[in-house]
Amino acid sequence: MATLEIKDLHVSVVSEDAPKEILKGVDLTIKAGETHAIMGPNGSGKSTLSYAIAGHPKYTITSGTVTLDGEDVLEMSVDERARAGLFLAMQYPVEVPGVSMSNFLRTAATAVRGEAPNLRHWVKEVKGAMADLDIDPAFAERSVNEGFSGGEKKRHEILQLGLLQPKVAILDETDSGLDVDALRVVSEGVNRYKASGEVGVMLITHYTRILKYIEPDFVHVFANGRIVESGGRELADQLESEGYVKYTGKSEAAAIS
Amino acid sequence: MAALSTQPHSHGAVVPVASRAEHFTSYDVNAFEVPGGREEIWRFTPLKRLAGLHSGAAATGSAAVEVNAASGVTVETVGRDDDRLGKAGVPGDRIAAQAYTSFASATVVTLPGDAKSEPTTVTVTGAGSGTVAYGHILVKAAQFAEGTVVLDYRGSGAYAENVEILVADGAHLQVIAIHDWADDAVHVSQHHVKLGRDASIKHTVVTLGGDAVRITPVVQYAGRGGDAELQGLYFADAGQHQEHRPFIDHSQPNCRSNVTYKGALQGEGAHTVWIGDVLIRVAAEGTETFELNRNLVLTDGARADSVPNLEIETGEIEGAGHASATGRFDDEQLFYLQARGIPEEQARRLVVRGFFQELIAKIAVPEVRERLEAAIEAELEAVGA
Repeated sequence: MATLEIKDLHVSVVSEDAPKEILKGVDLTIKAGETHAIMGPNGSGKSTLSYAIAGHPKYTITSGTVTLDGEDVLEMSVDERARAGLFLAMQYPVEVPGVSMSNFLRTAATAVRGEAPNLRHWVKEVKGAMADLDIDPAFAERSVNEGFSGGEKKRHEILQLGLLQPKVAILDETDSGLDVDALRVVSEGVNRYKASGEVGVMLITHYTRILKYIEPDFVHVFANGRIVESGGRELADQLESEGYVKYTGKSEAAAIS
Repeated sequence: MAALSTQPHSHGAVVPVASRAEHFTSYDVNAFEVPGGREEIWRFTPLKRLAGLHSGAAATGSAAVEVNAASGVTVETVGRDDDRLGKAGVPGDRIAAQAYTSFASATVVTLPGDAKSEPTTVTVTGAGSGTVAYGHILVKAAQFAEGTVVLDYRGSGAYAENVEILVADGAHLQVIAIHDWADDAVHVSQHHVKLGRDASIKHTVVTLGGDAVRITPVVQYAGRGGDAELQGLYFADAGQHQEHRPFIDHSQPNCRSNVTYKGALQGEGAHTVWIGDVLIRVAAEGTETFELNRNLVLTDGARADSVPNLEIETGEIEGAGHASATGRFDDEQLFYLQARGIPEEQARRLVVRGFFQELIAKIAVPEVRERLEAAIEAELEAVGA
């Protein structure tokens, strides 16, 4: 049973003049089988939370702990975290020119699984996973994310999620910039991953619309660097109708009218 | 490397003293002053390491030239007086003129007209440590010829030469020069490419070995419709000096050129220089040109100089541009790969391989591609990047 436990997490980013605190004491526990939606207005620190857990060098942890099944995540390098079973589907996936998607996927799978996947089996697995996400097989020979549209990048993030089978997945605004069809396809991919085993999901989003496809067990409102309210599905419905004004003092919609 | 951080480099720091059109050329070594090191065309070059190639060193040996010719391709060894020599261009610096004045015999490789030839390999092996040698190669692609010539440089010694590349009307030639010298070798070479009407050249320079290597590829057009694609791939280790000075002389209308050089550097004192000159003369209306140099600095103590110069004498062109960037690893790329479980060292290798991939993919000879991939792998092993 995988458990990701975040306790009193404070995170700063080094800007030009002085370190600026962005996360101000985040407490959150995600257990296997649970989907937690983190909802918050722009600039509330949602993405910082995801990058800090993944270990992006730009962010400095000033206090607090993050553990995965009791292991200290913050002591691990970025790649160790991934191999320990954490996965971050990024809002802005990075282009890596000259490295083919197929080479990248196989290298990542080899690293995460601890051994090179059997070639014949692997080719079949990747083809199937790409077909599930309506990805043209030609993408396998293209450079990682290079020249991909926003929707294509997101599909490939979910492709990696399916192939790498992490214990806990953090999806950082995976829904942003997707049209209706792409949102459905990507959500189905996330649901397949959820159904595949005892896994935990942290679903970071600004809008409620992805929650029509992916059912959350818990909804947390994120504002000003921490979780300010937690509840169930009904909290998302409330945000849908009222927006974030209650938490920020200014009007910002959570639904797309 | 879209997000490559750009660090200060010498781009823009230099104003050419004179138009490239006024650049002095001569077959006669004595027409050039012995360079002192402050001259614009020598200021990046470590003259002390050139074994006197620039100051009149006499030949003490000769490089071995071996040709593995494809069917239909003719190979001749000719004397200095062969009247086919010296037609592709005039030496543009003292060492090129010294080589032209000093070579004893020349190798002439001719690709048959109106036919497609398999790759031909010319292997040049240096005369050995402590020797000085001069050479001359002429590659001729006859009218409507199509084919590839690989020039493979190995061994030790100081070696200066001119390589003439004559591409007749409608011919399509690929030349790949691989400088895989031993660590102590010194090599200074000028390549003179002359393109006929509707002819094309794909010219690739690969520089891996040697103590000091300076290659000056010059492209001239003899008619309309010429197309020159120049690419370079270099990897400099500690103490190595690698200098590439491509010059495209657009003097004819409706011609095209595209120059892409990419280098990686690692280790104390690794130094690369790229001077990319493009001149679009008044007559060269409808020219389309772009030149690009990218350098990836893998460790501290390495230095990349990069100077693109574009001179345009007519406004009636299709397009002209240049770009130069020198930087370290892109942290975002490393983060992305590592976030998928790939260990840092392996992630770095993937990024470097990817950096060179677009150039390697354009090389039409599979054996050469494999050799370059293996060579890059070996370079990366050496530094533990």
